[in-house]
Amino acid sequence: MSTSFVLNGAPTTLDADPTMPLLWAIREVAGLPGTKFGCGMALCGACTVHVEGEAVRSCVTPLTLVAGKHVLTIEGLQGKPAKALQAAWIQLQVPQCGYCQSGQIMSASALLEKNRAPTDADIDRAMSGNICRCATYSRIRAAIHAAAHSLATTQSGEAST
Amino acid sequence: MTRSVAPMLRSDRRQFLKAAGSVSAISLTIGFEWLGPARRAAAQSLDPALFAPNAFLRIDAAGTVTIIAKHVEMGQGAYTGIATVLAEELDADWSQVRVESAPADAKRYANLAFGMQGTGGSSAMANSWLQLREAGAKGRTMLLTAAATEWQVPVAELTTDQGFVLHPVSQRRLPYGALVAKAAALPVPEHVVLKDPKDFKLIGRGVPRVDVPGKVDGTAKFTLDVSLPGMLVALLKRPPLFGATVKSFDPDPARAVPGVVKVVQVPGGVAVVAKGFWAAKQGRDALIVEWDDTHAEKRSSSAIMDEYRALAEQPATAALTVGDARSAIKNAARTLSCSYEFPYLAHAPMEPLDAVVKLTATNCEIWAGDQFQTLDQANAAKAAGLEPQNVTINTLFAGGSFGRRANVGSDYIVEAVSIAKAYGADGTPIKLQWTREDDIHGGLYRPMYFHKLEAGLNDKKELVGWRHVIVGQSIMAGGAFEAMVKNGVDPTSVEGAATIAYRIPNIDVELSTTKNPVPVLWWRVVGSSHTTYAVETFIDEVAHAAGRDPFEFRRDLLDHEPRMRGVLELAAAKAGWSDRPLPRGKGRGIAVAEAFKTLVAQVAEVSVDHKGQVTVDRVVCAVDCGVPINPDVITAQMEGGIGFGIGAVRFGAITLNAGRVEQDNFNGYRVLRINEMPKIEVHIVPSAEPPTGVGEPGVAPVGPAIANAIFAATGTRVRILPFPENLKPTA
Repeated sequence: MSTSFVLNGAPTTLDADPTMPLLWAIREVAGLPGTKFGCGMALCGACTVHVEGEAVRSCVTPLTLVAGKHVLTIEGLQGKPAKALQAAWIQLQVPQCGYCQSGQIMSASALLEKNRAPTDADIDRAMSGNICRCATYSRIRAAIHAAAHSLATTQSGEAST
Repeated sequence: MTRSVAPMLRSDRRQFLKAAGSVSAISLTIGFEWLGPARRAAAQSLDPALFAPNAFLRIDAAGTVTIIAKHVEMGQGAYTGIATVLAEELDADWSQVRVESAPADAKRYANLAFGMQGTGGSSAMANSWLQLREAGAKGRTMLLTAAATEWQVPVAELTTDQGFVLHPVSQRRLPYGALVAKAAALPVPEHVVLKDPKDFKLIGRGVPRVDVPGKVDGTAKFTLDVSLPGMLVALLKRPPLFGATVKSFDPDPARAVPGVVKVVQVPGGVAVVAKGFWAAKQGRDALIVEWDDTHAEKRSSSAIMDEYRALAEQPATAALTVGDARSAIKNAARTLSCSYEFPYLAHAPMEPLDAVVKLTATNCEIWAGDQFQTLDQANAAKAAGLEPQNVTINTLFAGGSFGRRANVGSDYIVEAVSIAKAYGADGTPIKLQWTREDDIHGGLYRPMYFHKLEAGLNDKKELVGWRHVIVGQSIMAGGAFEAMVKNGVDPTSVEGAATIAYRIPNIDVELSTTKNPVPVLWWRVVGSSHTTYAVETFIDEVAHAAGRDPFEFRRDLLDHEPRMRGVLELAAAKAGWSDRPLPRGKGRGIAVAEAFKTLVAQVAEVSVDHKGQVTVDRVVCAVDCGVPINPDVITAQMEGGIGFGIGAVRFGAITLNAGRVEQDNFNGYRVLRINEMPKIEVHIVPSAEPPTGVGEPGVAPVGPAIANAIFAATGTRVRILPFPENLKPTA
């Protein structure tokens, strides 16, 4: 049985068990390995992708639920907030083992898309579903603030020109 | 009762710390190659324009410097540190440096602290420091000689800088790449002069990590991401009780699941091999297995702890004897006594264990975030029925480890090889994938321990006697590290306790080693994950009993240990220990530790609300790890170690109920989340001493620093871990 949806901007039809979690469909059927498996129960956030712009745990989302929808993975991440986040992640040297970081960045970009000036409390709410066993949390928080700051600076620069 | 057993000498204990296998987070290859060592070896032998003066360095004609890492990168920054040290002496252009993982080859790539290839004990930089500096310096010397021949000038007139040989007199210069053919024909010099540290350009400067770019765009390759033509995925159904075995099984319900290819029995259980994870998972869920639990552990954690508590009152084995602690305490003006309980802990790295195996009748190729290459190669060979030289290991980035991937039985590797063999050893690549539940239920935990401590103060309130009894399972007994167990004492059970640095005239540290079928393993910072908690909270109690400030009391007992006293004083000063009183409901605590020769002190500040809920507000950390090779990586490891340690003392526990593990996933086995992370400040002591490790030591002091801060805020001592959800005032 096949399911059609838009994956990273491209119309995609996957021939797979419709109950298969989206995580395994995008990893093993679509061949995009950037999204990781951490818990299988929406407890750790390593598998976070965007569905219609919302951060979603793909490990508990059956493939059939995304039929006709837009799905974005780390491989398809683009746009200013995402690029600002990735630049900040590098600037502040956030990753250690790196395994959870795709999910961290997907959660952070969903946050920044909606909220360009998140407070620490906003970051806690948006990011507390993403576990990092290396505990890179201080740098994740700092990188989100840095990305928000760089977006604000760029935008005010653009507005004045 | 007095017993005399040969005390461990301090120098022996230090020696051991160097060799102790433990582990920590590690990271992977830039320019990762699926074909791994075979392709690299071929490239090396076929390309004449390649300069490879030793096992750690290759320079090609384009000037690309490839540094071969013998240590796994699991987050700890090993790849970056290794590249930094070699590139420093080579005077390489950092932008041309790439890192590649070494093949399994104990002759060339042994950890000099272990005598075999492997990563652990926070030893990556400590053991390779001189080896890699020499490797880089020899490469540089040969490039200089090649340029001198090319230009017909004395070598003494030449210098190097960022990938070029320079002849200042004639203002000529050549990039390293242009010299590789000539350099490759030269003999490797036996002796080289290493740089004066004042000339370091990379060491100490905090070069950016080599693995970060691939870890922010999803391109970094972990074992999970290995995909080979025709590859199948296997999940293994393991016994629900430790020590149980397969009695019988019915494969038919699993076989009926679409995508399931085979169901095979292996020594560890019954595996479902399928086309992809989901089919394998559904197949395993459907599989029916009957278990024989005759020899299984069927007790609950509380019953095991009851046994340990009783054993603490029985005669035990001496781990350290200084003077006569029993008499000193018996005759003391004031005595203190208390006990501590520590649970089993899972490592729970973010990447659940996984390994890919391609097995034929004659060869076995493995892809894994491999941490103990030499043992894994030997164990894989045994499971496959091959010789170790027929086993190839491609070491990938490990998605965390904290010790889990370094185990002498190579559990997950052997499972994968056994499955490939039972499948038919026909060359079909098979990926063994653990689920999070497999990981939480899977054993190889940090052991449970019971500690009993006693201390005596004389009438001048001086600490005159210290007794410490530790009860728990041995990590090293019965395995490849058995020889480290001396006179019945597993050093990993007592490190941090039998290595107590405080100047106390009478000390007695004893160990009672228990046995049960629950497999145990080193967990980040190993023995110091429990001993430091006991020692550093108890010394705090002693300080209070003596009416002394806990920082000053420690400092005065460390006047003979300048480096340890140094970090203690630095942490206290930076935290404002003496000059900034905290408001009501808040408290400040201090702790210090030596682990793997690195000294770490931390001051924690906590808030406790009226319900007894604890918030860790701030941790100030001072670390002395010798030459700081990369200050930002050191800082990151302290931050990460602190977060890891806080999660463990606040929430971490694996408990058994009638032998069954009661936790399944990150809901039952809670770890630290972003909203629970304190503000952290890290201060690094400038040092010219040889570098020591940073992956683990940051974990040790944070638990006791927080516990001491809780006492300062509430008067409550926490002696049973993890912390209760709500603290009650001490009765």
